[in-house]
Amino acid sequence: MTQQSPGGAQSDTPGFGPDLVEVFGPSQQDGGPELIQLLTPEGERVHHHEFDQDFSAEELRGFYRDMVLTRRIDTEATALQRHGELGIWAQLLGQEAAQIGAGRALRPQDYVFPTYREHGVAWCRGVDPLRLLGLFRGVDQGGWDPAANNFALYTIVIGAQTLHATGYAMGVQRDGDVGTGDPDRDTAVVAHFGDGASSQGDVNEAFIFAASYNAPVVFFCQNNQWAISEPIERQSRIPLYQRALGFGFPGVRVDGNDVLATYAVTKAALQRARDGQGPTLVEAYTYRMGAHTTTDDPTRYRLSNDVESWKLKDPIARVEVYLRRNGLADDDFLASIQAEADELGHTLREGCKSMPDPQALSMFDHVYAEETDELRAQREGYAAYLETFEGSH
Amino acid sequence: MATQKITLAKGLNMGLRKAMEDDPKVLLMGEDVGKLGGVFRITDGLQKDFGEDRVIDSPLAESGIVGTAVGMAMRGYRPVVEIQFDGFVYPAYDQIVCQVAKIHFRSQGRVKMPMVIRIPFGGGIGAVEHHSESPEAQFAHTPGLKVVACSNPVDGYWMMQQAIACDDPVIFLEPKRQYHADKAELDESATPEPLFTSRIVRAGTDLTLLAYGPTVKTAMKAAEAAATEGRSIEVIDLRTLSPLDMAPVLDSVRRTGRAVVTHEAHVNLGLGAELSARITEECFYSLEAPVLRVGGFDTPYPPSRIEEDFLPDLDRVLDAVDRSWEF
Repeated sequence: MTQQSPGGAQSDTPGFGPDLVEVFGPSQQDGGPELIQLLTPEGERVHHHEFDQDFSAEELRGFYRDMVLTRRIDTEATALQRHGELGIWAQLLGQEAAQIGAGRALRPQDYVFPTYREHGVAWCRGVDPLRLLGLFRGVDQGGWDPAANNFALYTIVIGAQTLHATGYAMGVQRDGDVGTGDPDRDTAVVAHFGDGASSQGDVNEAFIFAASYNAPVVFFCQNNQWAISEPIERQSRIPLYQRALGFGFPGVRVDGNDVLATYAVTKAALQRARDGQGPTLVEAYTYRMGAHTTTDDPTRYRLSNDVESWKLKDPIARVEVYLRRNGLADDDFLASIQAEADELGHTLREGCKSMPDPQALSMFDHVYAEETDELRAQREGYAAYLETFEGSH
Repeated sequence: MATQKITLAKGLNMGLRKAMEDDPKVLLMGEDVGKLGGVFRITDGLQKDFGEDRVIDSPLAESGIVGTAVGMAMRGYRPVVEIQFDGFVYPAYDQIVCQVAKIHFRSQGRVKMPMVIRIPFGGGIGAVEHHSESPEAQFAHTPGLKVVACSNPVDGYWMMQQAIACDDPVIFLEPKRQYHADKAELDESATPEPLFTSRIVRAGTDLTLLAYGPTVKTAMKAAEAAATEGRSIEVIDLRTLSPLDMAPVLDSVRRTGRAVVTHEAHVNLGLGAELSARITEECFYSLEAPVLRVGGFDTPYPPSRIEEDFLPDLDRVLDAVDRSWEF
């Protein structure tokens, strides 16, 4: 596939340096030659000169289990939305490897700032998946304690959390928890965002602040090719990972459907941050197999052929092939994971349906740490009003 | 203990210094707040004494300043950020309204957001566009934020420390016209009033005049002038705009039967509208006249050569006082 020069100008235009296509190359449907990969879609282990590493059978089986269970959380939640138990759900289908790779590369002291789609990272951090559903059911706006798992609440305004991550990382620096050489102390922060968010001012400001202060933050962009209906071409004329160079820190593109490569690359970027070498942009090149959310209809804007071609790059299938071919997992193991997934699905289903609605008066709670008399009076007024409807609440 | 005469700029500077001495988690961040000491010199000398890690010169990006301060607060710091001028706060508006204001609520109280956002506000300094605005209503309208405005050097000193000690995010409005204007006697051994309280700054019996920030001085002058005509005006410095401290206001209006509100912000849906509504709801049978408002007109802030016509001044306040007796 060829692409026109983005500027439309001939390369002999004087004064502006080389043509952009010469610098960045034509756009690549397959992620291009810069794509870091350790496990091909066919399940072949390949090697990379920088990010190669050995994985134990236990680690590989662990990745497989994480991805299968994460996918089950996603399909279960999607079904719960269809049954009217959730108002909406943001699906992660197809992005399991990117999230599990990024999530398992973390150390306990690291801190994660997610979007609203990081169900797999939440899983790795030990957040009860049932707690993820509250936001989408409408019973809360984030039901877990961020400090319990170093996993911030989901952020819905696109890209806002990248600044929070950068500021948190600046706090880490001020606490002296960078570059001490103590593996249990040195701390990295991860800012998750997507290809759509890469256009936001906040993301670009986060890049600038992180670069300026050399903050220990990893910008982890899941480029799933679509921001609702808008393709990546609407957000960027160059591969996203190359944007980092303009901000003064390294960027890499990893196969986001390859859990091994995502893990290895994120681990290296996190260590770089912990060592005090500053920010890194990791572009996990993946594909949003499902809709943006359960309210979206992707058949209106994208070709089923594209979806079919990405199905062949499924993140779970390639690990299963590798495990089987190398005798690292047998039918019993795979069946046990399926059984565990079924059990998880059941737990989520029942837990979601029995999740109680909050009390009306709870809306007055926690508006402030130090409640105001004004708000207290409003609460009391509404409580008294409700009292006039005997037995109706 | 000895007292000293200080300006508002000095009071704020001393308040920041004291807060930083008392709590190592207090950080300052903003554009030019370090070496330069801020364009108004409010942070003068602080970077020299507390270092670049605690007094942080930021890139020129307001959303970035507030957004990173959110992350610092989540890490346990108490960031105090300076927005260089009122008209530059809008790039940070999303972070302030969607994040700073809501994180405590969203997290069901698990994540506190002890942040102070300092904004020099108001006009009268002959500045170019975007340097003379009064955006307080936009923040007072946002649940989760607290909004205060200081009017004098002594309040600047105490209110700054109290705002920093508050576990909620505080929009801290500083009347830039007053920074270097008048001096007042500060006694650091005194016990300050609580932050979210209004104060009667001149007692009177015939009319209640409500003001905050830069208009307190105007209101005091108006009360003096009115006294020569035999009218006794009570002036209240609101100090807190969200929450409002209505008790002293209502008590006063019940005694005087008349109220005028003055602020530099546009009259339409300004603080005066809210005050008028609350006074009417609570003091309906005490009122001799409707609550009247004197503020900036509902125009964009005009070129500075005609800003004195936009800003409420002594005569326009007195005109409203006169009109109160026309009912």
